[in-house]
Amino acid sequence: MSTFRSIVFASVIAGFIVGLIVTVLQQFGTVPLILKAEVFEKAAETHQHDAPATAQPAAAGHDHADHDHAAHDHGDHDHGAGDHDHGAGAWEPRDGFERNAYTAAANILTAIGFALLLAGFFAVRSGATGASISWHEGLLWGLAGFAVFTLAPGLGLPPELPGVPAAPLLSRQIWWLASVLATAGGLALIVFRRSVPAAIAGVILLTLPHLIGAPELANIETNVPSSLTHQFVTAVTVTSLVFWTLLGGLTSAVFARLDRGADRRA
Amino acid sequence: MSQSQLANAQVTLPVAAGQVGRLSQALMAMVLGVFVIGMVGFSHIDVVHNAAHDVRHSNAFPCH
Repeated sequence: MSTFRSIVFASVIAGFIVGLIVTVLQQFGTVPLILKAEVFEKAAETHQHDAPATAQPAAAGHDHADHDHAAHDHGDHDHGAGDHDHGAGAWEPRDGFERNAYTAAANILTAIGFALLLAGFFAVRSGATGASISWHEGLLWGLAGFAVFTLAPGLGLPPELPGVPAAPLLSRQIWWLASVLATAGGLALIVFRRSVPAAIAGVILLTLPHLIGAPELANIETNVPSSLTHQFVTAVTVTSLVFWTLLGGLTSAVFARLDRGADRRA
Repeated sequence: MSQSQLANAQVTLPVAAGQVGRLSQALMAMVLGVFVIGMVGFSHIDVVHNAAHDVRHSNAFPCH
């Protein structure tokens, strides 16, 4: 089980470091935009009075689109109270330290999860070639992860702020997963099978999810300003690029070290 | 079977077994990774969603 142990240790070390770095980056990039959007989301919900929040988020945005400015003014200081989600009555972290602590924990877990995937590939690759993985090769795998998990699903389902209505969650999750699998398969065909038919099949796989199209609502009406959404898309994509390059480079470097050590002991 | 072929067979067997072990161990780790990502990013349990809310949005995982 020495390979499994090396993969897990490398992933935990790299995931912990990258998760912490990304948490700090998010505090300057994505999180302030999420908090701003929640002011609009909450204003739309309170204006809607007694209708359940899950029923018609689009209608809420539509009915009160004219009240943007007023909503922003009085909502500015109490977004801390924050029932910003639709899990009515369920526990949620308090704003401030508690919320950020859970965000940090979730970031670290996400990074460990993706690092486990990367290091799994590193183990198979270095086992097949006989040479240990270099940080540079790891970085390229990280860029592939960025393409597979951020760029491809993001084309159909751009990063979304709270308060922006979207198609039913499960249908979006299924499309997200399908686009990830198709993109990973397409890239693998192009990179590892150096033949023309494989390359053609790879490109077809890459484009297929977008030809089918992501689930979307016929008309999206929200009082979250589009400039805020645009900033958010940029912030998410750039943060993700840093996340994946760091994770690829760091996971490969730590895994190569641990794996060599395991070989020597064996 | 000559002596040298016999020696060869004895050498290659453990290496092949080691390769299979490496592949299955890598797969096990990857399944664990998928489980962790699925839980943090995709679980429909309200409490999990609320704890990881900002991370789901920041990673562009489908949310709400």
